[in-house]
Amino acid sequence: MGKFRKKGSRSLPAVNTASLPDIVFMLLFFFMVTTVMRETSLKVENTTPKATEVSKLEKKSLVAYIYIGKPIKALQGAFGSAPRIQLNDAFKTIDDIPLFVEMEKDDRDEKERNKITWSLKVDVKTKMGIVTEVKQALRQVNALKLNYSANKTEVMTN
Amino acid sequence: MGKREVSEINAGSMADIAFLLLIFFLVTTTMDTDKGLIRKLPEIPPADQPPPPKIKQRNILEILVNANDQLLVGGEYMQVTELRERAKVFIRSEVGNPVMPEYKETEIPGLGVVEVSKQIISLQNDNGTSYEMYIKVQNELVAAYNELRNEFAQQKFNKPFTELAQKAGSSDAAKEKWRAVKAFYPQRISEAEPKKVGGPE
Repeated sequence: MGKFRKKGSRSLPAVNTASLPDIVFMLLFFFMVTTVMRETSLKVENTTPKATEVSKLEKKSLVAYIYIGKPIKALQGAFGSAPRIQLNDAFKTIDDIPLFVEMEKDDRDEKERNKITWSLKVDVKTKMGIVTEVKQALRQVNALKLNYSANKTEVMTN
Repeated sequence: MGKREVSEINAGSMADIAFLLLIFFLVTTTMDTDKGLIRKLPEIPPADQPPPPKIKQRNILEILVNANDQLLVGGEYMQVTELRERAKVFIRSEVGNPVMPEYKETEIPGLGVVEVSKQIISLQNDNGTSYEMYIKVQNELVAAYNELRNEFAQQKFNKPFTELAQKAGSSDAAKEKWRAVKAFYPQRISEAEPKKVGGPE
């Protein structure tokens, strides 16, 4: 015991932190490259339903989103609590869908315009009436590839 | 004035700055990819198109969902959990059963001439049906097709359908098998046209 203690008073050398910035920068660049900025802020309540047979959407750049649901609590005073459609950053109506489809198509490469998937992010509590109307509007402008956004779950409950 | 030594820039705070940026990107990043049920809407038929030929009642499984989220499948009241089995029985059909869908001899590349069930599932929902229920029904129907395709692929090619689907992109042999399984159990889910179509705006 004493054998070890005699050498004692030597203090531990400080851990060299010179490489810390490098490590952090590496992580930083990783996140900078992989990040996709949130494009829209949600103005509607949006809890997507659960399903077992979901598949992943392949190309993020070829997906356009349509949100449907009740306005969030903070906006219910101004917009009421009936389900609404949100396109990009604003509340819209059915009549704005053709223009929205046109704009989204214009944003894409000419070759890919017909490959856009229209992802419907609909709140679980919404009734089908408004969803059917949106679907019909999309049909009219030949936007046929739909995705009903859903979360993966293993078991279905009744 | 003597030469002043250029003092080194203190890089000690570099890590802090980098951390700050890192945290910013960590917070704003969204890694989640969108998932869901992918469906195709039917095209709007041209106005001068003749009405589609009538389909025999035995080839159609009618699913009605009312505003209280109750299901009526082929005339029977049913829970959504029972729907998958019912749909599977219908899609598979049965030889010689007069109430089940008919078969049609079809030539499928890779399988030869086979008897394919002429099933069609017709789905109609009310405007008051909840979206949750609608997705559940859609999900069960897709699941029924997927399970049947899996069984068939397993029995015919000794591989589950999901595996064929994954490999279809890279190998032509898998693609042909995948197409064959899909052709043997074609997914025919028709959604009844809502009444508003074509009416005054």
